[in-house]
Amino acid sequence: MINKVVKNADEAIKDIPDNSVLMLGGFGLCGIPENCIAAILRSGVKGLTCISNNAGVDDFGIGLMLKTRQVKKMISSYVGENGEFERQLLSGELEVELIPQGTLAERIRAGGAGIPAFFTPAGVGTEVANGKEAREFDGKMYLMETWLRADFSIVKAWKGDTSGNLVYRGTARNFNPLMASAGTITIAEVEELVPVGELDPNAIHTPGIYVHRIFQGSNYEKRIEQRTVRK
Amino acid sequence: MLDKIGIAKRIAQEVKDGMYINLGIGIPTLVANYIPKNMNVVLQSENGLLGIGPFPTEESIDPDLINAGKQTITMMPGSALFNSAESFAMIRSGKVDLTILGAMEVSELGDIANWKVPGKMVKGMGGAMDLVASAKNIIVAMQHCSKEGASKLLRKCTLPLTGLRCVKRIVSDLAVLDVLPLGGFRLLERAPGVTVDEIKNATEGKLIIDGEIPEMVII
Repeated sequence: MINKVVKNADEAIKDIPDNSVLMLGGFGLCGIPENCIAAILRSGVKGLTCISNNAGVDDFGIGLMLKTRQVKKMISSYVGENGEFERQLLSGELEVELIPQGTLAERIRAGGAGIPAFFTPAGVGTEVANGKEAREFDGKMYLMETWLRADFSIVKAWKGDTSGNLVYRGTARNFNPLMASAGTITIAEVEELVPVGELDPNAIHTPGIYVHRIFQGSNYEKRIEQRTVRK
Repeated sequence: MLDKIGIAKRIAQEVKDGMYINLGIGIPTLVANYIPKNMNVVLQSENGLLGIGPFPTEESIDPDLINAGKQTITMMPGSALFNSAESFAMIRSGKVDLTILGAMEVSELGDIANWKVPGKMVKGMGGAMDLVASAKNIIVAMQHCSKEGASKLLRKCTLPLTGLRCVKRIVSDLAVLDVLPLGGFRLLERAPGVTVDEIKNATEGKLIIDGEIPEMVII
């Protein structure tokens, strides 16, 4: 099996040039690549376009990269939990493209599946439809949406093997497998890196063919946005 | 007049055995608490879960298990996990039987606005546009009027739209209303202690009143 292992996050992201297009996995703070985000902060790379469902919070996740002004443009579906984001958006420092969540997911899936465009009903009759081709199928209107691909896709998995096969846990899966398939270079950080043969081939979520670099992360904080318990 | 819990309790009466249901953030999330225990329904969370369970105990909190509102949750026995594209595939293809979500405005044609207030709030639409474009049955939980007393049930929405002609039923703090296919809010029930005249005054869009309007029963 091909060995994709790199030493750590710094090595995994060291060749990301300024002005790259990145995809970063996660929903809210669940399933985000914490180690790679920390390494990107250390690297100082800038002018980034980040495709991610959310933009983190002020002091965690992609929010940290906004604070250091490394992000030029965000492509997301929901950015509501981040004051610094809102400030940069209203002042015009940050470019933002908001996309319906299902359309965002499918555009990334399409990018990873070699499908340049598809039609979806989401956004018909709204400002999301501006400038897009609309077409009727079986009496209902749909918008044409195009694929999304990234120079670097950065994902977080629960377990991975040295050849890049990945398994996610709980709702930390979310956008990660889609993004893993849509990167020119895909970097995976995992909580547990195992030798080939240890993961059950029946249970692999992301086949190793999509993954170029893998490493075992450390010190996962897994911060919770809305800690809610039963009364 | 209903409070948030009253609205959630009334919407829970719309749930039928065997339904797959997507609950939005806010009042819709509360609906789960009032679904009768003997009913078998499955709650879908668009971040990738069928089978949302109750909130966890302090000991069983798992940061890898959250709902679309980013709250910690548990899974019911028989749950299934999947990625975000698969989640919206089941939504888009009409597999989810009932969608319950909040709204800032609804028009008499069933248009809904709930994602943006120009110049004030730009948080993004999240999954709302996908949900309203594809759901078979959409119930909206909302306040009938703004804090300033302006009607939110309008002839035409003033805020940027989330979706066109999609809302089927509204449960507000004042009433239960259906949106008719050719337009208009048909009054079905009054909230406890609320008169038809009060509902008339609070509804800017076309209100259709047929015969006696019963007061809703909330247990």
